[in-house]
Amino acid sequence: MRTIAIMNRVLKELFRDKRTLALMFVAPILIMLLMSVIFNTNSTTDVNVATVSVSSKLNEELGSLKHVTVKSYDTKADAKHALNQETVDAIVQKSGKNYDLTYANTDSSKTTAVKLAFKNALTATSISQLKSALKQSTTAVAKLQAQLALAQKAANGPTTSATNHVNAVTPKTSQSNNAPKVTNHYVYGDQDTGYFAKMLPILMGFFVFFFVFLISGMALLKERTTGTLDRLLATPVKRSSIVFGYMLSYGILAILQTVLIVLVTVWLLGIEVVGSLVSVVLINLLLALVALAFGILLSTFANSEFQMMQFIPLVVVPQVFFSGIIPLDSMADWVKDISYIIPLKYSGDAVNEIIMRGTSIFKLGGDIAVLLGFLIVLTVLNIVGLRRYRKV
Amino acid sequence: MSTTMIALSHLAKQFGEQTVLKDINLTVNGGEIVGLIGPSGAGKSTVIKVALGMEVASGGNAAVLGTTMPNRELLGQIGYMAQTDALYETLTAQENLKFFGLMKGIKTADMNQAISHVAQVVDLTPDLNKRVAGYSGGMKRRLSLAIALLGDPELLILDEPTVGIDPALRRQIWAELGRLRDVGRSILITTHVMDEAELADRVALLLDGKVMAFDRPAALKEQYGVATIEDVFLKAEGVEA
Repeated sequence: MRTIAIMNRVLKELFRDKRTLALMFVAPILIMLLMSVIFNTNSTTDVNVATVSVSSKLNEELGSLKHVTVKSYDTKADAKHALNQETVDAIVQKSGKNYDLTYANTDSSKTTAVKLAFKNALTATSISQLKSALKQSTTAVAKLQAQLALAQKAANGPTTSATNHVNAVTPKTSQSNNAPKVTNHYVYGDQDTGYFAKMLPILMGFFVFFFVFLISGMALLKERTTGTLDRLLATPVKRSSIVFGYMLSYGILAILQTVLIVLVTVWLLGIEVVGSLVSVVLINLLLALVALAFGILLSTFANSEFQMMQFIPLVVVPQVFFSGIIPLDSMADWVKDISYIIPLKYSGDAVNEIIMRGTSIFKLGGDIAVLLGFLIVLTVLNIVGLRRYRKV
Repeated sequence: MSTTMIALSHLAKQFGEQTVLKDINLTVNGGEIVGLIGPSGAGKSTVIKVALGMEVASGGNAAVLGTTMPNRELLGQIGYMAQTDALYETLTAQENLKFFGLMKGIKTADMNQAISHVAQVVDLTPDLNKRVAGYSGGMKRRLSLAIALLGDPELLILDEPTVGIDPALRRQIWAELGRLRDVGRSILITTHVMDEAELADRVALLLDGKVMAFDRPAALKEQYGVATIEDVFLKAEGVEA
């Protein structure tokens, strides 16, 4: 009962603070719009392509395309080295009549550009091959016709043999016309990797985490500095009711925020969500509660709003680094270990699975269990922590 | 009338190495106003915190309404008003009162009646639906007192309720406290304004974590042979008046 009353009061206060509310709802949308514009429109990038044992014709065609520079390497090892050194963005290798394409894929727009360029060049090359083949067969036909005319004049027998000869030419042409198989390899990620698409689930969680952490921390700090917390604790209210009241109110706010962010990304930015939207909201709600408990806990170590702000570079920003926006595979082991205590990593993983692969929420038990673990530990710490202000 | 509302006996309190209260003996009986006076840092707020159960005594015993503190349920029978106004500024006075009423455990059915009663007592009825942010300092103090009065508690604990307010309002608040005492409520009030202490039924002089003297103002003045409580205080402190 008191929990509900506290929830009502916190919500009432929040909804009267129009500016904070606007910040929570408008700022994420604004930033996401900006990011989608910045990360998705620079498609006219210049790309460097390394080629290994590719016909000079294809080399020529590739090089003639705008924004594409071609460098021919003798061995695959040399080209690989160049790829690692980031002097080239992709390697085109011909093995037999098939092509192997390897993309660095650190920038998905470059990968797309190379793919397109290669396709165009290959088409152009095969067209010119086709042309020459056609020319060949045309001359052959013309020759035959001449022969035929001669033969007709002479006798009537060779007609069939001439036709046979033409037929013999045709299979050869169709054989060279047989489209080569193209295999794509990616050093990083896969063909679905768009930079924004990969960032989105983490960003979504980040906004929820950031705002709930900051605003709830500030709210409890304000209760403490204005003395309302003391007054609250001078009533028979349970310490747990205060913590749960805050959780309910900020949980509701987090649901609203997540729903809004998801809707904006789906409808405005055209991001495809394969899995269930409800699952996305649920995971973010869980993250919001962790952020809330975290914010309340840290607010007890701050004596002013400014000191609360000082937790942003210490607590919030590292969350982004270890959340998976930057791949952790290549990092040192001790860095990887840090990521295990970062709540955003788990929610990012889970939401990524839901949005990109459509994984059911019931198969994400591991991530959810860790988030719940965080939540329970932090909540207990908060309830015990309020003992500092009242001993019962 | 003679029931003991607060009984502090040989109360001691340490915060780490620092000893704030050494030996506090203090009683508040039913239907009386006890003033706790002392300079800043004497431990007045600590006495109140122990009486409310926000801090636990390091030694001695603190009993409120016959129960040893800290005790959460008992807080519903105590009205508390702090030095700061401690109000939710974005809410209206009505919403503040309702919220703290719910926290104190006042039933929803009795809520409106309780709110209009305390609003009338502090003369805030016309302004109940205004947001606290738009209140003057005096109005905030009165609202703060109204919150302490919610639920008609038997015991009021007021920590410097008249600090930083104009004389008219101070007189008004004391008049109200007198009326409450007359209907049998008990009040423990801290102050560092000496002439306020004259208005209390009994005065406790707090100095260096000890109660130096505890009696009726008139008796104290007689005992020290001086004309005002302020002089009593200075004499007790060892400063020549």
